[in-house]
Amino acid sequence: MTLLALRGLSRHYAGVIAVDRVDLEVPARGVHAVIGPNGAGKTTLFNLISGLVAPSGGTIALDGADVTRLPADARARLGIARTFQNIRLFGAMTVLENALAGLHARLSASFGAILLGLPRFRREERNAVARAREALALVGLERRAEERAAVLSYGEARRLEIARAMAGAPRLLLLDEPAAGLNPAETVTLASLIRVIVEAGTTVLLVEHDVKFVMGLSDSVCVLNFGRRIFHGTPADARADPEVIAAYLGPPPAGPAA
Amino acid sequence: MSAVPPWLDDLLWTYRNVVVSLGVNGLLALSMYAVLAAGQLSLGQAAFMGLGAYASALLTLRAGLPFWAVLPLSPLVPVGFALLVGGPTLRLSGIYLAIATIGLGEVLRAVYLNLDVLGGALGLSGIPESAPLWLIFALLAVALLAFWRLGRSRIGRAMEAMREDETAALAMGINVRRYRLATLLASAALAGLAGALSAHATDFIGPNDYGFEPAVAILSFALLGGVGSPLAPVLGAFLLTLLPEALRGFADLRLVLNGVVIVLAVLFLPRGLLAWRMRRRAA
Ligand SMILES: Nc1ncnc2c1ncn2[C@@H]1O[C@H](COP(=O)(O)OP(=O)(O)O)[C@@H](O)[C@H]1O
Ligand SMILES: [Mg+2]
Repeated sequence: MTLLALRGLSRHYAGVIAVDRVDLEVPARGVHAVIGPNGAGKTTLFNLISGLVAPSGGTIALDGADVTRLPADARARLGIARTFQNIRLFGAMTVLENALAGLHARLSASFGAILLGLPRFRREERNAVARAREALALVGLERRAEERAAVLSYGEARRLEIARAMAGAPRLLLLDEPAAGLNPAETVTLASLIRVIVEAGTTVLLVEHDVKFVMGLSDSVCVLNFGRRIFHGTPADARADPEVIAAYLGPPPAGPAA
Repeated sequence: MSAVPPWLDDLLWTYRNVVVSLGVNGLLALSMYAVLAAGQLSLGQAAFMGLGAYASALLTLRAGLPFWAVLPLSPLVPVGFALLVGGPTLRLSGIYLAIATIGLGEVLRAVYLNLDVLGGALGLSGIPESAPLWLIFALLAVALLAFWRLGRSRIGRAMEAMREDETAALAMGINVRRYRLATLLASAALAGLAGALSAHATDFIGPNDYGFEPAVAILSFALLGGVGSPLAPVLGAFLLTLLPEALRGFADLRLVLNGVVIVLAVLFLPRGLLAWRMRRRAA
């Protein structure tokens, strides 16, 4: 079953075609990767999917429903969550409050219930805090709950962004270079975290530079070059594809050709 | 009518204007807080206050409505204007919204000055002093409590998230446009209420009471106090209301004082006097 379908998706900037008529079907479940050289249009593609940037052409469908015209917040409410290449946490808020912000769309207590402090609102807040704490536990940040997000280390901040995105139990999680800047141990932890997320039923679409990381983790790979999709298939096939090798992977290590 | 001891009654009578200003400025500080807390800089608070004041005066003087009907009706006028400017200004952000709302204040001042029905340069006088002191402070307390409660819910979290990072807030599913409009409307309503109360506590209103100077004064309440909690701007308002009274002889220095406070607060107290930040959850 297809969770996300992009058809002829394009985004033009003055002088640059960042994303050029990309077709892509992302099945529900599993890890799917978008790779490509710097400037290939990977982040722009994520911005198009999450609705932060409007397409110059093409359509985006989530679970069969056209969401091309929906603003970013409406798409988030439909279950598209994301992290950012350059981390964007709410620095003045605590770690727990960041995770709670990720639950925003799941809370429904009315204005009046909040003003009057009705039991219905208090119960919902208690449940929300419990769920937010679970999301923090998932990434190992439960003990930092009451600290300001701004004091977290780089690796912790990356994990909090994932917890915040996961708090609302999204259908599709977009991770933009989640391993960037992580040390090897943190990268291993991240890979197992992504496996846990996928096990729990969230589909992961990720942009990553670390080819080894991507190849070991992903069920499918989409390769972009100058905004165009030049490959879509299994990681093994990507490794063998001449165009992908020329554009991105580079020649295989010296030795007898396969 | 009141059970207040005579000495307090005397005190309140002597300092009635100051006490009224405390309550009214407290409400204005919360009106400023409503927009700042969501990361918007509006300078329309004085203009909204003026609309509430003029609306209430006309409803009392010309339409002859009783005070209890005038009070809830008057804020509707600034709310209507906020809706009107809300459409275009909500597409503006940062400094552009500030400029657009300053523009609103200046346009309205010209309107008050040139419309005879609004008293022109003389303003409107003979407004009955029907706003009791207790009511002003009761409304301030209710507004404070409301902001407190909302601040510790998803609404307060959404507003702070918008202030911190609008793009990330959108990605959380926060309807940023709706929150912007709602906070602007709430801000206009509170300022309008403050205007109606002050008009009915002082008997006179004039076209120059709601221009650029009071707009800046209201901003300085929040700059001095901070926006870490709704208590902070109210504290700022109280201090900036009492300080000039303590420096009675230097009445001319009021404006200078506000300017100095803004500069000092920005330089040395970026988070205000009451930097303490309220918790954003109720559980
Ligand atoms: N807001 C923008 N304005 C102009 N050009 C942009 C903008 N965003 C991205 N681009 C351009 O689009 C291309 C793709 O960028 P990006 O999507 O960030 O690539 P990637 O994430 O693959 O490194 C680049 O040439 C970049 O300069
Ligand atoms: Mg990128």
